[in-house]
Amino acid sequence: MKTSLSWLREFVELPAGLTAERLDEALTNLGMEVESIVDQAATVRGELVVGRVLTIEELTGFKKPIRFTTVDVGRSEPQEIVCGARNFAEGDLVAVILPGGELPGGFKIGARKTYGRNSNGMICSAAELGLSGDHDGIIVLGEGAAKPGDDARPVVGLADVLVEVEITPDRGYEMSLRGLARELSYVFDAAYTDPAALSFQGATEEAPYEVKIEDTVGCDRFSARVVRGIDPSAPSPAWMQQRLVAAGIRTISLPVDITNYLMLELGQPMHVFDLNRLNGGLVVRRARPGEKLTTLDGVARVLDAEDMVICDDTGPISLAAVMGGETSEWQADTVDVLLEAAHWDAVMVGRTARRHKLFSEAAKRWERGVDPQLTLVALERAVRILTEHAGGTVDERVLDIDHVAAPATITLDPALPTRRIGLAYDTEQVTALLSRVGCQVTGAGPLEVTPPSWRPDLLAPIDLVEEVARLGGYNDIPSLLPPARGGSGFTAAQRRRRTVGRAMAENGYVEVLSYPFVAPAAADQLGYAADDPRRSAVRLTNPLSEQEPLLRTSLLPTLLGTLRRNLGRGKRDVALFEMGTVFLPRLASTAPPAMGVDRRPTATEWSAANEIVPVQPWHLAVALTGEIEPAGWWGPGRAASWADAVEAARIALSAAGVTADRVSVAAAELAPWHPGRCAAISVDGAVVGHAGELHPAVVSAFELPKRTCVAELDLDVLPLPPVTQAPAISSFPPALIDVALVLDAAVPAADVSAVLASGAGTLLESVSLFDLYESEQLGENKKSLAYKLTFRAPDRTLTTEETLAARDAAVAAVTSRFGAVLRGA
Amino acid sequence: MSYRNDPYDPKQAALLDPAALEGAVDEARKAFDAASDLDELAALKSAHLGDRAPVSLARREIGSLPPAAKSDAGKRVNLARQSVQGAYDSRLEELEIERAARVLVEERVDVTLPWDRRPRGARHPLTTLMEHMGDLFAGMGYDIVEGPELELEWANFDALNIGPDNAVRGSMDTFYVDLPGLVMRTHTSPGQVRSMLTRQPPIYVVSPGRAYRSDELDATHSPVFHQIEGLVVDEGITMAHLRGTLDHFAKAMFGPDARTRWRPHYFPFTEPSAEFDVWFAQHRDGPRWVEWGGCGMVNPRVLTACGIDPERYSGFAFGMGVERTLMFRNGVSDMRDMVEGDVRFTANFGMEV
Repeated sequence: MKTSLSWLREFVELPAGLTAERLDEALTNLGMEVESIVDQAATVRGELVVGRVLTIEELTGFKKPIRFTTVDVGRSEPQEIVCGARNFAEGDLVAVILPGGELPGGFKIGARKTYGRNSNGMICSAAELGLSGDHDGIIVLGEGAAKPGDDARPVVGLADVLVEVEITPDRGYEMSLRGLARELSYVFDAAYTDPAALSFQGATEEAPYEVKIEDTVGCDRFSARVVRGIDPSAPSPAWMQQRLVAAGIRTISLPVDITNYLMLELGQPMHVFDLNRLNGGLVVRRARPGEKLTTLDGVARVLDAEDMVICDDTGPISLAAVMGGETSEWQADTVDVLLEAAHWDAVMVGRTARRHKLFSEAAKRWERGVDPQLTLVALERAVRILTEHAGGTVDERVLDIDHVAAPATITLDPALPTRRIGLAYDTEQVTALLSRVGCQVTGAGPLEVTPPSWRPDLLAPIDLVEEVARLGGYNDIPSLLPPARGGSGFTAAQRRRRTVGRAMAENGYVEVLSYPFVAPAAADQLGYAADDPRRSAVRLTNPLSEQEPLLRTSLLPTLLGTLRRNLGRGKRDVALFEMGTVFLPRLASTAPPAMGVDRRPTATEWSAANEIVPVQPWHLAVALTGEIEPAGWWGPGRAASWADAVEAARIALSAAGVTADRVSVAAAELAPWHPGRCAAISVDGAVVGHAGELHPAVVSAFELPKRTCVAELDLDVLPLPPVTQAPAISSFPPALIDVALVLDAAVPAADVSAVLASGAGTLLESVSLFDLYESEQLGENKKSLAYKLTFRAPDRTLTTEETLAARDAAVAAVTSRFGAVLRGA
Repeated sequence: MSYRNDPYDPKQAALLDPAALEGAVDEARKAFDAASDLDELAALKSAHLGDRAPVSLARREIGSLPPAAKSDAGKRVNLARQSVQGAYDSRLEELEIERAARVLVEERVDVTLPWDRRPRGARHPLTTLMEHMGDLFAGMGYDIVEGPELELEWANFDALNIGPDNAVRGSMDTFYVDLPGLVMRTHTSPGQVRSMLTRQPPIYVVSPGRAYRSDELDATHSPVFHQIEGLVVDEGITMAHLRGTLDHFAKAMFGPDARTRWRPHYFPFTEPSAEFDVWFAQHRDGPRWVEWGGCGMVNPRVLTACGIDPERYSGFAFGMGVERTLMFRNGVSDMRDMVEGDVRFTANFGMEV
């Protein structure tokens, strides 16, 4: 909503020296968002004066016609000014900015020589002065508007303060001067004049035109008047044009401008028909599906059964409340007009506007709610202004089909505002504040409150509480902490994610938060098999990018995208991690049960509804490339490898409270990993994720460096950490024995460790692999694994015999299981 | 002719002469002091303390003395030997100290050499900030709750009094999916709905998390963003409690000068509703009010839809953007920096914000 302060002052007696800051504060505290407050006088600096063109000399020989003029600006000598515009004549009054002045946008005016002549200033166009205007050329002022030398600002409409506010969707009444002025009157405790408070011609028995309403839900009021014989060439008065321009509305013609002007002033959108272009009586009804109408913007629209239309014998002539049609519209030669002011259903208009993407000024008001008691007042104002400026004869008959329901009375406990606001309001204050916004308040025990016709948003006691709080002042509400009721903070799963995140960061991984949108091609790029369940993804019906309509089923594709972006920006060594949800659709997709809002869903409804919600587990993924340990003065670096990815998974599990003995790692084959370099990570025997090197084809599909490694774990399937039990710490010395075993190269080291450990028995404290090698001496497909076994007893120092016996048992187990041979034995 | 019983032969006892002993001690001390390192000192040791050293030879001469003189000579020799030993010990200690000091000098290294052999990673500042916010509310007795990002339309809209005709339900604002009844949640408020359906008042919860709106990514918008939403439902809850909570939160986030300023606003799920600004004294462009979030008293219709008696209970709710908070609190000037995952941005924050 854009308007000017001078117009507001017509209806509310604002303080004389009202500053922009104070106005801003007042509007803000009323609940409007102030977009801008512009003091126009300050937008053009220096001397902007009225001048009279004395002489015009046409200069030739330039690329375009140029005029050298002399202009009387009220000084002893005429001002010499060069001008490129041609829409003026000798004797015209114009607006001149003199040297030293500055136009909006910082354009400074100086005396200069141009086209071989002196030019001391500039004759201004509306655009140059920052006024929106459709006219080409400079502003030519009406004769008698002012005399040469006068300040031109008030004459050209540059003496006002422009105010633009955004209105919340519940307060349609604020989208008018009437409503804005009323609101400001509360803040400044100022006298208010309701522009709708004027006597008007009521409905007459006989209508000036035949109208039938078929759907009184969509249209609960339709009023119309007729004026014949207006002067079609009569222009809109300058003051009206200025106010429309200030409001950002194009001026079109006097009748149309009047309807727009009254929409701004009163908040009642109106429509003007050319009486002679209507064929037969009007019918207001729902459109028939498929019916067509070409609206004023020239678009041929196919209508929906929910749209309301105004029809004549030819069919729809207007998309009701939103936009008129081409065939019945006012024309440049229109002399007889039918002025319509109706009241339309807010929901219907909102749907129609969205359906046809027609967010007109009228639609914005209808959607927010328009006072249904304005139609006859608006028609009265329209008829008066029209005949004053364009003559014509008013038809005495007035049509008014009125099905408007009176606002319902709300029963309000006068203590409710205090109970909800936390600031004491007695009954008297509550009554006074509600009366101020136009409510009729009776009673004292419970108050009986009838909202005014322009407040369709006031329906329940809490709506009234809000008005009390708002007018009473939000910022007077005290600041008080509620009593603490005892809570449990983060859940175990949330704490676990935090610990895992910190562990990854401390181990060199940088967290990223990727968008979860992926391309369908990603599944192929990742090498998923045709029947891979990860191909089944939820699809956005209105994705931002048609290229990426799917929700990820794995963190990897989006994480790899982020990895590539970092590489593209010159990073070579990158280790990333992401924790986020993936979206796994259910096998069957049915609609959730319809659940109302007048009660809580039943347990059955709620669980049925949640059963259709795709599972969205939290995953952890890492991606790494380049050197995980950089080269430095200490020596060469170390390239990130599959082993780092596996270790990342182990680090995460450890941070998640899963002890190492519950974690197992086994060779696996799964896209997108390299089939020989992929580890399945299991906890308590159940696979929770995979880690390793990417398949070379995936690396190339994602345009990543060779040997890029990744891991991905499902964090939600991890068992929550149990209460950790304290270990028994033996104070006796350990016994250390190394064993080197020769085995088939294919035997997994993890299995050897596990068998060693189980064979060694309870005296074994730890087993660790310290050497791995293969050589010709060992033989083909053989490898040597060297382990350090640490034995310790809780209650004694182990004897050599005990230790050796345990070692022998461990080796025996490996020998019998894998055919291992103890080296050096 | 010899006189066999002659008890004293000065020639045989020459080394026991007090002057001779004194000379031996002096000589040893001078020699030890002249030793410039431990090796030299060690080489001198036998000459002055060994079997052939003057003090050792002197001891042998004691036997040639008459019994009456033995005791006296023995004392003299002992004293002399102790003096030599003392001189040796003290020089040894000096040289050892010198050597220890020299070793320390020789072992000096350049401690400014880098050793970032395993560079540290970092957590995303949005994650850290959300956890920080969660911690503050945990400290106030709240539970931290969460819900699905792909959410029931009913929980995201209907239950929050966002009717079927509300413009935000249009595809201009909301991401829809190819499954009926589901949307990408447009705010973390459905977390409120889930809390009310699964808990009984008193309810004190915050739900931090991701939300989605179909905005193009630019310097100030992102289609995927984070919010933290708070909900309290209890008996006797007023707007004053809401204000107190927000003021406390503001102080914890922005310092003791912080406070909030409210502007009446409209949200379907709260009434009365407000947008609030926070006074942020440390703003990089100077102290100022900054738009922070929205809040209000839970609309009784929302309580009803979630099965809570609006006559008995009242509540408040508030929400703020985590990106927005990070932007003004930490001087992030472009939304894209938080979205793109450039490690240079994130690494800057390390483990804290």
